[in-house]
Amino acid sequence: MEYFLQLFFSGLSRGSVYALIALGYTMVYGIIELINFAHGEIYMIGAFMGLIVAGVLTAMGWPVLSILVIAIIVSVLYSAAYGYTVEKIAYKPLRGAPRLAPLISAIGMSILLQNYIMLAQTPDFLPFPRLIPDLDFMERFSMFLGTSDLFIIVTSLVVMVALTLFIKFTRMGKAMRATAQNRKMAMLVGVNVDQVISATFVIGSSLAAVGGVLIATHVGQINFVIGFLAGIKAFTAAVLGGIGSIPGAVLGGLVLGWTESFATGYVSSDYEDVFAFCLLVLILIFRPAGLLGKQRAQKV
Amino acid sequence: MAAENIFAHVKRALIAAVWLAFLTAPIMVIRVDTVEKTVTWRWMHLAYMAAGSFLLALVWYIMLERRDRGKANKDAEGNVKESALARGFADPKLVKPMLAFGFVAAVAFPWIFSMYQTNILVSALIYVVLGLGLNITVGLAGLLDLGYVAFYAVGAYTYALLNHHFDLGFWTVLPMGAIMGAFFGLLLGFPVLRLRGDYLAIVTLGFGQIIRLVLENWSDFSFGPSGIANIDRPGLFGIPYSVEQATTYIYYIMLGLVMLTIFVTARLKDSRIGRAWLALREDEIACQAMGIDNTRAKLMAFALGATLASLMGVVFAAKTTFVNPASFTFMESAMILAIVVLGGMGSVVGVILGAFLLMLLPEYMRAFSEYRMLLFGATMIVIMVFMPKGLVRAKRKIYKINAETAG
Repeated sequence: MEYFLQLFFSGLSRGSVYALIALGYTMVYGIIELINFAHGEIYMIGAFMGLIVAGVLTAMGWPVLSILVIAIIVSVLYSAAYGYTVEKIAYKPLRGAPRLAPLISAIGMSILLQNYIMLAQTPDFLPFPRLIPDLDFMERFSMFLGTSDLFIIVTSLVVMVALTLFIKFTRMGKAMRATAQNRKMAMLVGVNVDQVISATFVIGSSLAAVGGVLIATHVGQINFVIGFLAGIKAFTAAVLGGIGSIPGAVLGGLVLGWTESFATGYVSSDYEDVFAFCLLVLILIFRPAGLLGKQRAQKV
Repeated sequence: MAAENIFAHVKRALIAAVWLAFLTAPIMVIRVDTVEKTVTWRWMHLAYMAAGSFLLALVWYIMLERRDRGKANKDAEGNVKESALARGFADPKLVKPMLAFGFVAAVAFPWIFSMYQTNILVSALIYVVLGLGLNITVGLAGLLDLGYVAFYAVGAYTYALLNHHFDLGFWTVLPMGAIMGAFFGLLLGFPVLRLRGDYLAIVTLGFGQIIRLVLENWSDFSFGPSGIANIDRPGLFGIPYSVEQATTYIYYIMLGLVMLTIFVTARLKDSRIGRAWLALREDEIACQAMGIDNTRAKLMAFALGATLASLMGVVFAAKTTFVNPASFTFMESAMILAIVVLGGMGSVVGVILGAFLLMLLPEYMRAFSEYRMLLFGATMIVIMVFMPKGLVRAKRKIYKINAETAG
């Protein structure tokens, strides 16, 4: 039972981080139908910003918890700015271009950002300080739930609830939903679509940055390629849940996290990533639009 | 260009430079060591960054304006102006001498240039065929395949394993590799028949990852990450030859295969199945309504694309005499896709150009050593922004019907 709970919670915390990144993919896809390949790199940049802030503040001798909060805030702001800029450079000039063109420029952007970090920082793994202290009352759960796991789960939950409220109740959220349904129609009723797209990138990138800092301090090291696998996994999660659907991304992330955690725990740890992709293939064969995706009739 | 226009551009470029400098400041300037708890400040980088991004942004804005103005003109006139490149390829007076010259140059190449250069060219030729193969799936049939490199791996491991265990030679395995490729193409094709667009993309991506991960982890079968070494080079009627001669020999094999592939894909494009693919790409439902067997067309596209990739896998294994899973990552798939899209989807000439550009560019940019991948990524963005349809636009064959005979 203890082993089961341990796997359950590690799957939950891993899945929450996948969900955080997947939300960025799914929101962007919902609005401009683009697989934003550079999204994983934004997550990686978020982790690096966290590392830089943590490094500077540790050298100045600040207390750990305040470092964590400041690191998350700064890295969210910077990643949001990166997301905004990436959209302006690589995707905005390509509105109305053939469908695959933005995909290729996204891959180009991903290569560019990876190498930029590699050159500006280092090609090696960098140790990331532990910013989440062990809490005393967590002692009796420590067999199956670490403080950092708990912290990741709670933070992700808060962020996701905030996002849902934002999309449901604010003006910008409404504009986003309208644009996702029908971009031309949204333009006609006076939605500033360019602004909506920028906002989507900004929000998606901030979520990825939160995920980046959390997972970096949990794992304890980062380098410039971590964004790639995380990006692919998160995209898998987004498709799994039904791309374009926000609850779908969260569900997909959790399902993916649990699959990986249980499969590695009970079957074999060598094939961790194989399970994830097999699950994806299976689900898509039986539900081609993903778990929560709507099967829309094709217009002819 | 008017003077105030320039000033407007300079102003925007200045803003962009300040923004980019601000954006990159922490990562460019600060370097932390969390173990020693030290921080290094590198302020000079900020100045480089600001100056560089000012110049780049200026060029970027001017080019962007020229692009948009060109587009507006084109719309006004209503006729599409072809690039000089495309016109050159279309002029029959130029085509024949150019082809003849190209052929002679290709045959003479290994005798004129060094082994190093020939080796690079062999890699480029392999990517030409891979590009043409993916062009069938993505460019003609419109099925976005992000795991194409899996078939390349299938071919490479087919040869490596058969050679290692049973001592089979290159020429025996080459057709077997093709069959294996077609088989795996169908294997992937069947389950994904119902999926469209980006769902297809992610499943093929997953498939590519699965193949690589299995190769990496199933050590009893594939020898794991350390790979298989000492694979035989292609046999030449039992005549032994040196390493330099081997390069030349493989170069000629590749040259033959490339010409064969070009011939086959160019013919396929205008054939019945080729037209069915184009119809499939444009609209699946309309295509079905016209009486085309969608399932068959899709499976054919997957199988043919996979066959070419698998063939190249066999050649790759014979060329490097060593295979391991690290050669078959997602980046390879992305690179081949980039070849197809950068060159111009559906265009044979475009794909060839794209392959040479993407393979030779990083090779000859070694002078910039560590900056080459950075420049490579930037080049991909720039080409897509300024030529979203690729270097050479695909042309559809036009059938003229004589009104009188048709009644």
